[in-house]
Amino acid sequence: MLSVSGLKRLHLSVSFDLQDGECVVLQGPSGVGKTLLLRALADLDPNEGAVKLDGTSREAMPAPAWRRQVTYLAAEPGWWSDTVQDHFSAWDDALPLVTRLGLPDDCGPWPIPRLSTGERQRLGLARALMLRSRVLLLDEPTSALDPASAAVVEALISERMSNGTSVIWTTHDDAQARRVASRIFAMGQGGCIRENRL
Amino acid sequence: MTYIQLSYGDLVLPALLVVMDGVLSIVLRLRLERQLAIAAVRMVVQLVLVGYLLTFLFAAVSPLWTALAACIMVLFASREIVARQKRRLPGISAYGLGAGCMLLAAGTVTMFALLTELRPDPWYHPRYALTLLGVILGNTMTGISLGLDVLTNSLVRERAAVEACLALGGTRYQAMLPVVRDALRSGFMPIINSMAAVGLVSLPGTMTGQILAGVEPVDAVKYQLLIMFLIAGGTGLGTLAAVLGGARLLTDHRHRLRLDRIAAQG
Repeated sequence: MLSVSGLKRLHLSVSFDLQDGECVVLQGPSGVGKTLLLRALADLDPNEGAVKLDGTSREAMPAPAWRRQVTYLAAEPGWWSDTVQDHFSAWDDALPLVTRLGLPDDCGPWPIPRLSTGERQRLGLARALMLRSRVLLLDEPTSALDPASAAVVEALISERMSNGTSVIWTTHDDAQARRVASRIFAMGQGGCIRENRL
Repeated sequence: MTYIQLSYGDLVLPALLVVMDGVLSIVLRLRLERQLAIAAVRMVVQLVLVGYLLTFLFAAVSPLWTALAACIMVLFASREIVARQKRRLPGISAYGLGAGCMLLAAGTVTMFALLTELRPDPWYHPRYALTLLGVILGNTMTGISLGLDVLTNSLVRERAAVEACLALGGTRYQAMLPVVRDALRSGFMPIINSMAAVGLVSLPGTMTGQILAGVEPVDAVKYQLLIMFLIAGGTGLGTLAAVLGGARLLTDHRHRLRLDRIAAQG
């Protein structure tokens, strides 16, 4: 279980618990702080408050180990190497996941700029899923995808949830939020959060 | 050894070449005439003063005066490094990093040359210590400032890539490695180009100075080679220390990228 108590980052001040295998959707207008919250949970920005995974505080473990357990995926993932396969420590292991997400099986040596925006978004998701994290922090993971590709992503995440992975998912798509979430956090101006149970 | 001595009067005619540059700037509306005038006046004042200062220091041969002059040179060099940055590290850390790296790099190779190769008596003789330090500082400064400039600019440009690696559990060292490598390459480039071109495209200052002073060209070349090796060592040490130090300052103990610590040049 991910336990968040008094998490403070700029105007945000948040407390909540996230059960194993649960998906919470964060919604709210652009600029309200959804990305700030996800980044703070991943400890990518300076922040205050207690965040624990199964009772273990994040300060008790090195930050890289925390992020392998609580993994943030940006809406527009970054690329630190030239080709697709260079972003995976074991490309052969990643290939089934990459192809399931709709990328061609010969895309390994492709340069990143050859990929469309949607392909890059799916590749970023595959890269994050390879970690098999306990908690996924997904920042608009299907914003650049067509409905069919988005359905594949939702199914894949649902499988992970059934294996115990917890998810916090931001989306502007109300229908998607109702499909994937057990709870919806509606964020308002000033960082206040209203919880809607489904 | 004989050389042709110059009087200040002999410099009036060559100085007109700078005036010519100013006229060109006015005619072509380059708006460089003011900068050109300030730079030329600064150069004349600084060099004349340093001439008198070195005369005093060479006569005194005092370890204290020599150390003081060396410290002042390092401080001015670190100020120059900061001034050349488009995006600066904040406040004292920028000056501290520059001064620390200059002192480490230029100080180490100057001491190395004084104690193992030149061996003047006394070893800190300012004629050798300060002139060597000056040449090494000037070149090391270029490597350090280029390395830091590329580091900060690349981190801003490649922020998404660095943070993607961090978000997936990479350490700050793993995440910044591509950027650090680019910065080091840039810092090393001037001395590599300079070594490749020396003798063919350019005749360097130390060598031409000695030849003008009457030293045999073959002997002057040996001095120049020593200087070039020292500069290469100083640039390597200084750039490595500055880029790694800069990378550390722009991250924190929780392996977060801290671009909020960069201040854009005002």
